[in-house]
Amino acid sequence: MSSSPAITVRDLTVAYRESPVLWDIDWTVEQQDLVAIAGPNGAGKTTLLKAVMDLVDPVAGQVRVLGEPYRAVRDQVGYVPQRGSVDWDFPTNVLDVVLMGLYGKLGWFRQPGAEERATAREALAQVGIEDLADRQISELSGGQQQRTFLARALVQDAALYLMDEPFQGVDATTERTIIDLLRDLQADGKTLVVVHHDLQTLPEYFDSVLLLNVRRMASGPVEETFTDENLRRTYGGRVGFLHPPSEAS
Amino acid sequence: MTITQLEIQLVAAVVAAACALPGVYLVLRGMAMMSDAISHSILPGIVVAFFLVENLNSPLLIVGAALTGLLTVVLVELLTDTRLVKEDAAIGIVFPALFSLGVILIARYAGDVHLDLDAVLLGELAFAPFNRLEIAGHDLGPQGLYAMGAVGLLNLGFILLFYKELKLATFDAALATTLGFAPVALHYALMALVSVTAVAAFDAVGAILVVALIVGPPASARLLTDRLGLTLVLSVVLGVACAISGYWLAHVLDASIAGSIATMVGGCFTACYLFAPTHGLVAQYLMRRERRWTFARKVLVIHLLQHEGLPEATRECRVDHLQEHLSWTASFARQVVAQAEDQALVRRGEGRLWLTPAGRALAQEAVVHT
Repeated sequence: MSSSPAITVRDLTVAYRESPVLWDIDWTVEQQDLVAIAGPNGAGKTTLLKAVMDLVDPVAGQVRVLGEPYRAVRDQVGYVPQRGSVDWDFPTNVLDVVLMGLYGKLGWFRQPGAEERATAREALAQVGIEDLADRQISELSGGQQQRTFLARALVQDAALYLMDEPFQGVDATTERTIIDLLRDLQADGKTLVVVHHDLQTLPEYFDSVLLLNVRRMASGPVEETFTDENLRRTYGGRVGFLHPPSEAS
Repeated sequence: MTITQLEIQLVAAVVAAACALPGVYLVLRGMAMMSDAISHSILPGIVVAFFLVENLNSPLLIVGAALTGLLTVVLVELLTDTRLVKEDAAIGIVFPALFSLGVILIARYAGDVHLDLDAVLLGELAFAPFNRLEIAGHDLGPQGLYAMGAVGLLNLGFILLFYKELKLATFDAALATTLGFAPVALHYALMALVSVTAVAAFDAVGAILVVALIVGPPASARLLTDRLGLTLVLSVVLGVACAISGYWLAHVLDASIAGSIATMVGGCFTACYLFAPTHGLVAQYLMRRERRWTFARKVLVIHLLQHEGLPEATRECRVDHLQEHLSWTASFARQVVAQAEDQALVRRGEGRLWLTPAGRALAQEAVVHT
């Protein structure tokens, strides 16, 4: 693998009909980092992930993933969208959703076989829901849905994982499982970028942070970046109720 | 049964099968109403293509219609993207405009041609056997059968070939894009198929029945199964069943065949809605009732367990005072106690209830697990 940064974003501006969602973002993610993206609602967190994956067209600026345009390294990037982004009433089961993570490697027309199913079951075991493989996805709890999505990303065996609020609405056990998994992946040399809402747990869970509010407010190692001052600038006056990060960490 | 009757049923069955296949994906994508839009707005496409080639049997008519079908989809999406109107309103604006354009074109310039407006809306299956396919003097059967059969095979081939890609694009379009499966292209390919299906079908069954056959059988099948493959198969089976039973309903009532088939589709959905094994209304009702009784029995045994061996137990566990302690009606309490006795969870003695070992085990488990 190249020694380029996992993500390089230069002067990135994204707008929906002339109102900027992301405003001139410069941002670098080093390989094997565990990075949180935090910011208020409407800060452009999801849009930034989508811009990295070429899912939205920027007005200006450029994005490099592992030193290349996204298209060239597509199979190196795993995406965990927000749980609410899909219809969980879709007629399929857990194993089938996890198999979708392997479609990229299969390419057009080839159907998943026994080997792919074995890989998918392994991933389900890794996230602790191997017994749910045949469960209808409409019957899953929020935490189980999130684990299903994580397993789907795991089978992609990517170098870079982009996760949109994986902790949203999950129980404490699932949250523990997910954070352990993130640490394991990092130890395996993976880079992880995670949109994270809970400022209380952020310093404990992550190594680096990007504070985003349409513009990049601050980014870098958590201990230097996750300061009261930066948080106030990012969230306005709305973080007064928080413990100072020194207590939280 | 005469040959003509058999041919009409065959055409109806093939139309139903061809419509059901893409219909499953429209229903799953929450775009069922797009079939309504497409099936109407293909009319100006047919008319304009007819002006160009001046032949009602030309395959170019299908191309023209398919293009207007796609135009409808594009116009609806453009209008929705402005965020000035929502998708349902955009559909309601685009397709009547296109359809009425077709109506005016026919009335103004093609009044003497066989482009009958009644037939456009309702079709006339009874005429299907009149247009024969003849090659070198051999009668090979109704033309409609071959046209629909070809479209049906096209749909089947497309779905078999892109089964995995369509599934992914329908369930999670963002992942499909990031993995390099062009979901937008698949979306338009699917819409083109719906257009081609609608134009081929509406000659036989009309615009209204096309909608019924595209939406009804998949929506019904969805209530019967939770698997995508089976949804496709059941949609085809239900569609064909509605087509054939609808034909005979029309025969008995001496009524329009298309109308009778649409009626059967409605009846089929109603039956599935009421009686589907797990998703049906009756099954849901029975399940909720069973859950309520199960829960009430748990409440009873937990109540008994809480007071077991305590001084107030004689008072709390008396059968005729249960309703006061649990705020149940007397008859509800009697039924719950009777069920619990039947299942050997409690027994009566000395004017009060006692937990059996099984009842105690249930209560202890319920306390821990809820």
